[in-house]
Amino acid sequence: MTATLQILFDALSLGSLYALGALGIALIFGVMRLVNFAHGDYIAFSVFVLLWPTTEAVSILLLGQLPPILLIPVVIAIGALLSMASEVTVFRRLREANPATMMIASFALGFVIKHALLMAYSSRPKSISILPGLAQQVEVMGARIPLLQVVTILATIVILLALTAFLKRTRFGLEMRAAAQDFTMARMLGVKANRVILLAFAISGALAGAIGLVVVVQTGTADINMGLSVMLVAFIATVIGGLGSLYGAVVAGFLIGGASVLMQVILPLEARPFRDAFVYALVIAVLIWRPQGLFAPRSSRQRV
Amino acid sequence: MSLLAVENLVVRYGQLTALRGVSLHVEEGETLFVTGPNGAGKSTLLKAIAGVVRPAEGRIRLAGADITGNAPETTARLGFSMVPEGRQVFPELTIEENLWLGVGIRRNRAAAAADLDHIYAVFPMLRERRHAAAGILSGGQQQMLVIARALMTAPRLVAIDEPSLGLAPKIIDQVYELLMRLRAERQLTLLIVEQSSTRALMTGGRLVLLRSGQIVLEGACDALDGATLERAYFGYDGPAEVTAS
Ligand SMILES: Nc1ncnc2c1ncn2[C@@H]1O[C@H](COP(=O)(O)OP(=O)(O)O)[C@@H](O)[C@H]1O
Ligand SMILES: [Mg+2]
Repeated sequence: MTATLQILFDALSLGSLYALGALGIALIFGVMRLVNFAHGDYIAFSVFVLLWPTTEAVSILLLGQLPPILLIPVVIAIGALLSMASEVTVFRRLREANPATMMIASFALGFVIKHALLMAYSSRPKSISILPGLAQQVEVMGARIPLLQVVTILATIVILLALTAFLKRTRFGLEMRAAAQDFTMARMLGVKANRVILLAFAISGALAGAIGLVVVVQTGTADINMGLSVMLVAFIATVIGGLGSLYGAVVAGFLIGGASVLMQVILPLEARPFRDAFVYALVIAVLIWRPQGLFAPRSSRQRV
Repeated sequence: MSLLAVENLVVRYGQLTALRGVSLHVEEGETLFVTGPNGAGKSTLLKAIAGVVRPAEGRIRLAGADITGNAPETTARLGFSMVPEGRQVFPELTIEENLWLGVGIRRNRAAAAADLDHIYAVFPMLRERRHAAAGILSGGQQQMLVIARALMTAPRLVAIDEPSLGLAPKIIDQVYELLMRLRAERQLTLLIVEQSSTRALMTGGRLVLLRSGQIVLEGACDALDGATLERAYFGYDGPAEVTAS
């Protein structure tokens, strides 16, 4: 029972990270058909601002010194600002370009951010300890669960509920959903393209900041490539969920998180190091079964 | 001053010139039909006015303001409401959300709510299903929804591209009946694109005939006779060809 609970919390907390990442990618894809490969570097950037920029091996806290009540919103805001800045300086100028051009630009932007971090911090991973309170374990129905997992899961639930309310209940949300289905028609009804897209980037970047916080607390290191694996899985989740479907992206994020944790448990010991091979084989199987994804939106099917 | 004035509009898609110097005007309160065969450039004309395609040459003025090359949202905010070809409903939004989307550009939300009531009175079918996804509606119902949605922006001019496209004759009659009722009740100014001029002759107003990106004929609907229209439509040069066929 306690083992099952531990597996469940592992699966949900890993799934949470993937779901938030997938949501960040799906939001941008929805409004401008851009797969933003710089997303992982937003995650890394949000983490490195916690540290003083130095190429020495030492790690000195910069924003990491802030009390948690400031630290969390500031890091999330920095993710949002970086994401908005990349829209204004790069993607806005490429809006008429074809999707491949935009995707390449996002790769390039990711490299620019990554190498800027390399210049400022060197490539050595740095140990970093923030929000130490989250390291303790709590007892949930007899099982010892890391507090961080509980907080991650709860925060994800709150974020998902808030985002759903935002999308369903506010005018911005309505405009964003309409733009994701047919941007030109939305604009002909007066929906301001720049505003909707900037907002999508802001939310996406804020999610990247939140992911960065969770990963850094979990691993205790700041690593230039720390966003990469989350970003890749998140990207796969958006495809499995059905490109353009926010709901699908979240569900697929949790499914992949769950599958990874489950494989770790049920695979024979010798096969565990190759867990990802099994997870991705499952991904391929799902895509062969449903190439359009699990929850392909009606509008994008019509577009083809 | 005309509500809409288009002067010498030229639109190119790469090598292809879709509009070759089109000029027309729409007066406050009137209905102008733009007719012409498939590929004549009718949709291109509306798209250029709406700001969806950028003209190579020419000027477009709405109530005196130059809107040439404006972004679609800017033109919409100045009072030009477009109902594009093929009924672009947002299939996953509810019917009411579809209608409410265009209200973002209005200051007076109370007036918008009153308009919604009026639209529901004219289209009871939309009220009944207002919380259903718009994608479930039939073609005719979607056509009514997009017309209603355009009206929710409180436009000065509504442009509708082929409202009869793909609909059964009986449904087309219904769409036009409701459109004419709205025109009377709300003093609408309309710019309607249709392939055939039959509907225009039945509905009244003014008509321009577009062929190969040029206006080849224009006049008041009740002053045009079918034979002249037909010759202009098919581009016969003289009666010899007509009798030969
Ligand atoms: N996006 C486009 N790219 C290239 N050519 C186009 C495009 N849209 C329309 N055309 C061409 O422009 C001409 C006019 O098209 P259109 O305005 O759609 O005509 P209509 O609405 O009168 O049928 C046609 O020859 C059509 O093939
Ligand atoms: Mg057309």
